[in-house]
Amino acid sequence: MNRREFTQAMLAAGAAIPFGITRAAGQTRGGTLNTIIQPEPPLLVTAFNQQQPTLTLGGKIYESLLKYGADLKPMPGMAQSWEISPDGLTYTFKLFPNITFHDGKPMTSEDVVFSCMKVLTETHPRARQNFARVASAEAPDPLTVVFKLKQPFAPFLGCFDCTSAPIVPKHIYEGTDYRKNPLNDKAIGTGPFKLKEWVRGSHVHLVRHEGYYLKDQPYLDEIIYRIIPDSASRALALENGTVQLAQWTDVEFFDVQRFKAQKNLEVTTKGYEYFAPHQWLEMNNRIAPMNDKRFRQAVMHLIDRDALAKRVYFGSAKVATGPISSKTKFYDGKVKRYDYSIDKAKALLDEMGLKPDTNGKRAEIKYIVPPYGESYQRAGEFFRQSFARVGIDLVLVGTDMAGWAEKVGNWDYEMTQNLLYQLGDPALGVSRTYVSSNIKKGILFSNTEGYSNPEVDRLFDEAAVTLDEAKRLELYSKVQQILVEDVPVAWTLELEYPIIYDKAFKNIVSTGIGSHETFGSVYKS
Amino acid sequence: MDAVRAFLRHPSGMVGLVVLLVVVVIALIAPIVFPVSPWEMVSAPFTPPGEDGLLLGGDTLGRDVAAGVAYGARVSLVIGIASAMAAMVIGVTIGAISGYFGGKVDLVLMRVTELFQTIPAFVLAILLVATFNPSLLTIILTIGAVSWPPLARLTRAEFLRLRNREFVEAALCQGEGTLQIVLGHILPNAISPILVVTSLTVATAILLESALSFMGLGDPNLMSWGFMIGAGRTVIRNAWWMSVFPGLAILITVLAINLFGEGLSDVLNPRVSRRRS
Repeated sequence: MNRREFTQAMLAAGAAIPFGITRAAGQTRGGTLNTIIQPEPPLLVTAFNQQQPTLTLGGKIYESLLKYGADLKPMPGMAQSWEISPDGLTYTFKLFPNITFHDGKPMTSEDVVFSCMKVLTETHPRARQNFARVASAEAPDPLTVVFKLKQPFAPFLGCFDCTSAPIVPKHIYEGTDYRKNPLNDKAIGTGPFKLKEWVRGSHVHLVRHEGYYLKDQPYLDEIIYRIIPDSASRALALENGTVQLAQWTDVEFFDVQRFKAQKNLEVTTKGYEYFAPHQWLEMNNRIAPMNDKRFRQAVMHLIDRDALAKRVYFGSAKVATGPISSKTKFYDGKVKRYDYSIDKAKALLDEMGLKPDTNGKRAEIKYIVPPYGESYQRAGEFFRQSFARVGIDLVLVGTDMAGWAEKVGNWDYEMTQNLLYQLGDPALGVSRTYVSSNIKKGILFSNTEGYSNPEVDRLFDEAAVTLDEAKRLELYSKVQQILVEDVPVAWTLELEYPIIYDKAFKNIVSTGIGSHETFGSVYKS
Repeated sequence: MDAVRAFLRHPSGMVGLVVLLVVVVIALIAPIVFPVSPWEMVSAPFTPPGEDGLLLGGDTLGRDVAAGVAYGARVSLVIGIASAMAAMVIGVTIGAISGYFGGKVDLVLMRVTELFQTIPAFVLAILLVATFNPSLLTIILTIGAVSWPPLARLTRAEFLRLRNREFVEAALCQGEGTLQIVLGHILPNAISPILVVTSLTVATAILLESALSFMGLGDPNLMSWGFMIGAGRTVIRNAWWMSVFPGLAILITVLAINLFGEGLSDVLNPRVSRRRS
């Protein structure tokens, strides 16, 4: 596909979407959805924090211009239509009329420009990369936004979901220290639900935003996110109907099978297409012995990843072969394979000079256990046993959510486990972890491990601006081969999370964003 | 020697002692009976008791519950005894100073002690452990720091009782130094109730450590009974053995220490004993 065909295809995709959301029969207004949030998010403003609980909850409060179906094709969000110029440089979005913020002020194209170009470029690591490609963003009238790119960027239309480009009110943030704005506690967005009350340690109560721009939406009156830190209590709450929806890690993997047998509940692994969660053992490349490629390769050999998938994730996972998920289109499986082999791991460690001392101990490494539920704790214990087999002591360190974000973001760690979303395109979800231009201290989910390779930088950069799919595939294949050889992080598994919900609720999974979606169209039958 | 002979004739005290010795032996021989680390995944996940060569079954990762219980005995005993010792050192020091000197010193120290007594011990322990990353040392110090007030009050009371006795005044008249009087004359006469309370403190310390581990605030590198219950509790309806066996271990050990402590109390303080022999 050449550039012109690509543009035409994009235009056709845009035109094929009808204006507005057509209303299917049988949608009733009213009802309360009780669900779970865990761990408790540090704040609700998705522009400033992109940890999973923040996005799940903040996705109801903050919206963006587009949504994406299970096939990752764009659908209208706050933008009812869009156009791409034939040269692939100018993107024009038309907004729905009468969009208001939760404080009653109208949302206009000025807010979009301000959010994307001023706020997100400072506070949102993914968005910063995306909008750094924009030469100018303009608001010629209140309902029109025009982005002019410096050069073509293949996945630009994939940058406008509610987690990547949440729109915040200009009248509240302009001229302030964004992260310290006192109104952050009020979480004012344009989404179908607004914050009524947040009782720390108990629940977050969202209610209908009466001024929502889509007719009759949201159908639900309220959503209550209950903070239930204990996984057995979460499973029980779902089982006895106290909550009607569980997502991500709310239900431990070993319980998923049990819920499949419960008649009133639906268990699906759909709704994660956009994210394709990719997990790895993250190693700080700045610190010895992790700064040696041979050590990192040894780590790939010493973890029995099939056993990890089976024992810790009870089969809800697939072994990852490299940086790109097999569930996305630029995946290349023809890369170096690291089989489970203690002998190969030991040989590599011996070769680099990390020999065992008289007690058989080669090194001691601190491993921060991410505070995201039991599977992370068990995975930490699994890794510790794996490392013990080659004489490396992995010392597990516990921490809370803010502590984990702070330590990893500031490179103040040796090893931890990390999970990033693939976001439908390597230029959006993958390159951010490996390109040296994204080594940004204090920012989570950037290149926190500190890997730097000019050839990788060049390949990722070229692939991002190439519109020809075949050429992109070739570039991404090369990048995958280099990365798998260098092992900046030890890829473990592609996780397959469940969404479990009461069948009385419809449209819970309506897009590829799944449970992070706005839920405006969710209704109770 | 009389005390030892009396204890040997004390039925419940002896039961406690024997059970406690069994626990100690299990702790000592754990590495011989279970040469593989209790963290090692030796079987399929959720192996029921008796299958696959695992007497007490396997946990969610396929780790041997029996090995965990045996190694957990080491952790529980070490933490229980060490933190009771820490509590005794703090409590006896403060109580002795307070009781011996009296006056303003007493007033200040007792107000501080009361301050500690008004804060629920477990809440304070959680706070301390969470503040100073959980490790073996911080857990021992934390449990010591929340368990000393009863010991301080007891020591103070004993010192007040003994402070003006003739043998103390005689020692004073002979010009003996304060430290010598406290350590050489008063403390030996006050030691028996202190020992009894310390032995009971071991039991509460084991419970505190288990509770902390259960909450996920234990040392993540130590296999302890509380951790095992905490990890197994979520699957208790599919796999009861993961939490029941470590739970029984806690129950039996704490009960044994209490029986032993009460036996000790009866023997060392026959006058205040509940049982007349």
